[in-house]
Amino acid sequence: MTTNTSTLPEYLIVGASIAGGAPQDLLVRDGVLAAVGPSAAADASAAAITIDAEGLVALPGMVDLHTHLREPGREDAETVETGSRAAALGGFTAVHAMANSSPVADTAGVVEQVYRLGLASGWVEVRPVGAVTVGLGGERLAELGAMAESRASVRVFSDDGVCVSDPVLMRRALEYVKAFDGVVAQHAQEPRLTEGAQMNEGDVSAVLGLTGWPAVAEESIIARDVLLAQHVGSRLHVCHVSTAGSVEIIRWAKARGIDVTAEVTPHHLLLTDELVRSYDPVYKVNPPLRTSDDVHALRAALADGTIDVVGTDHAPHPSEHKECEWAQAAMGMTGLETALSVVQHTMVETGLLDWEGFARVTSVAPARIGRLAHQGRPLATGEPANLILVDPAARWTVDPATMATKGRNSPFRGLELPGSVRATFYGGHPTVLDGRLATPRPAAGPATAQEAPAWSI
Amino acid sequence: MKHLLSTQDLSARNALRLLDVAEEMSAVGEREIKKLPALRGRTVVNLFFEDSTRTRISFEAAAKRLSADVINFAAKGSSVSKGESLKDTAQTLEAMSADAVVIRHPASGAPARLAASGWIDAAVVNAGDGTHEHPTQALLDAFTLRRHWARIGGGPSAGTTLAGMKVLIVGDVLHSRVARSNVWLLTTLGAEVLLAGPPTLLPIGVGSWPCTVYYNLDDALAQRPDAVMMLRLQAERMNAAFFPSTREYSRRWGFDDGRLALLDTMGLHDTVIMHPGPMNRGLEISSAAADSPRSTVLAQVRNGVSVRMAALYLLLSGDHHDEQDGEMHDELPATTPEGRIK
Repeated sequence: MTTNTSTLPEYLIVGASIAGGAPQDLLVRDGVLAAVGPSAAADASAAAITIDAEGLVALPGMVDLHTHLREPGREDAETVETGSRAAALGGFTAVHAMANSSPVADTAGVVEQVYRLGLASGWVEVRPVGAVTVGLGGERLAELGAMAESRASVRVFSDDGVCVSDPVLMRRALEYVKAFDGVVAQHAQEPRLTEGAQMNEGDVSAVLGLTGWPAVAEESIIARDVLLAQHVGSRLHVCHVSTAGSVEIIRWAKARGIDVTAEVTPHHLLLTDELVRSYDPVYKVNPPLRTSDDVHALRAALADGTIDVVGTDHAPHPSEHKECEWAQAAMGMTGLETALSVVQHTMVETGLLDWEGFARVTSVAPARIGRLAHQGRPLATGEPANLILVDPAARWTVDPATMATKGRNSPFRGLELPGSVRATFYGGHPTVLDGRLATPRPAAGPATAQEAPAWSI
Repeated sequence: MKHLLSTQDLSARNALRLLDVAEEMSAVGEREIKKLPALRGRTVVNLFFEDSTRTRISFEAAAKRLSADVINFAAKGSSVSKGESLKDTAQTLEAMSADAVVIRHPASGAPARLAASGWIDAAVVNAGDGTHEHPTQALLDAFTLRRHWARIGGGPSAGTTLAGMKVLIVGDVLHSRVARSNVWLLTTLGAEVLLAGPPTLLPIGVGSWPCTVYYNLDDALAQRPDAVMMLRLQAERMNAAFFPSTREYSRRWGFDDGRLALLDTMGLHDTVIMHPGPMNRGLEISSAAADSPRSTVLAQVRNGVSVRMAALYLLLSGDHHDEQDGEMHDELPATTPEGRIK
């Protein structure tokens, strides 16, 4: 086994500021951080490849609890290969792929397929999310246990895109996943209150004549779900929180000791429903862009820990699904390649989070929620080498045409944003170097012919 | 003006210009030969994704009176019903060298999308989009109101505004593109706008609009409006719990015979009753009200052609003065290059 791994190159990262601290050296060898600090240079072999990281911030590789990689079924929109390339470029070392593929990831077979595609691609760790209900139909539970015990060892279950609105079904799902330490990630959207909904309901929708998606449709489900989670003593994760009212409910629930975690997307941290005045469907997303007051409440909640994580809700669409009338257009935005920059812009440069806090919301907390033991770890000797090097002083203009994702539907196009991912190390292998894709991490070699289970990466 | 997409982004200056040119166009309609050569050789496409015979024939008459070639493109029975996208339809029209596209579409914002997409160079006229706007309807309503207001004042209407006028709009504001366009345009022209309707049919966010909202029609009528505009109640609203029954709606928010008589009792002899059509007689408006001398329904239809002539003429005449600052109503443009109007 050592003969296989010892042939991997060694990397000596020189002068990186770990999560904003004083510059240090890091030695990456055999998939782990072999040394951090003054001993790193001394421990490095003569063949070690040196990476000058002066001025760069070293962070644990980002972990996304919420992406849509579209495979199987919509390979015209994205594949595991293209989506995970985008993820690596964006500074991620692990992504969760939502279950709303075609067929839906509601069986052990489909989640294992997605998991294997991720292993074959090798750009990031791809963790399938299992559907809560068969076909996302909201009527009966999918085989959650089979997915949990499959090679993909699913821990996050979600009908994302659709709300598990039936309160009994939601209760049962929350209870059932306790058997294997799972979590239900809820897309909080009361369906009757959002029939035909096109955008946030408020001043702008009144003028534009677009059917409103009221905040109460999100907040009422979250309120119900935190009470259910308390009642059955389960773990609940709330996807893409978008309103100030939701923040207050989650804050209340956490104060009561309810085991709830929450997520916010980069776009909800920056954009508002004023953009919909253009009727450009690139701004159409679910939950919708809200108001400036909501944006500020979400930032404050992410800073104070009420919201635990940033999840991109990366949702690529083929251009014909956006080059049309607003009402006909698909909902969703790409986000993997802009997440770091948007979070730096909205949270770090505003002083709401330091880089330590950035690591918490983009890596440590999502890895904990998804039960990814080898992700979101401190950058210390002996830890797995899942890390990124970020140039915080860089400025770049978003151009969707140059992205690795197949989706061109970035709402940030044309914006100048700070921060650039210079390198991504996934399991000790550089998937990104000099800000460009390098090579994928090779699939497990002959010595480990049996596919490694997910938690051993 | 390159496009006419909404009244919200229409300046007072451009609105008055449209109305003043419409006055001159209306004079054409009274001549024996109701035709001007102004748009000879230009092509106007009526692109209708929604049935609307009234609006379409009004635009068609307007374009033909200006000597434009008119192509009617109805979505039903066309390639659109076979799944062709708005983009492909637009590019097809572009390839046929359309100079103006008059678009009626069930999706709010479709005309704005067409205008901003780069799919087409033609001038885009919004002939009603979803529940967003219907700017030419508001212009013809304003035109009708302005003539009425000028007649009461004893002067010509050209160049005047609606300052001092109180207009009450009643009914399903939530789903009404007519109401939205009128709220913006009438206030731009100086009128005071009142809204009345069931709370379920007033949009969340209406509080930020420049108008006063009443839930009780009689309270609103007590404000002594100079015009009452009744909105059509769409059949599909009747089964969606917006109100308990059409009879209750009619009693509370319909302009019935009792309210018609009330106008006389209140001494509101000059108050007119408007309706964009088609009317649901006996529901939002009684037959007696619709047929009374106060009713402007037929005048509205007549004025629609003049206003649409003005819109097409100003968009296609290449006379782009709207970017300049200046007086609200400076000198009128020469309405036709040939000077044939007067």
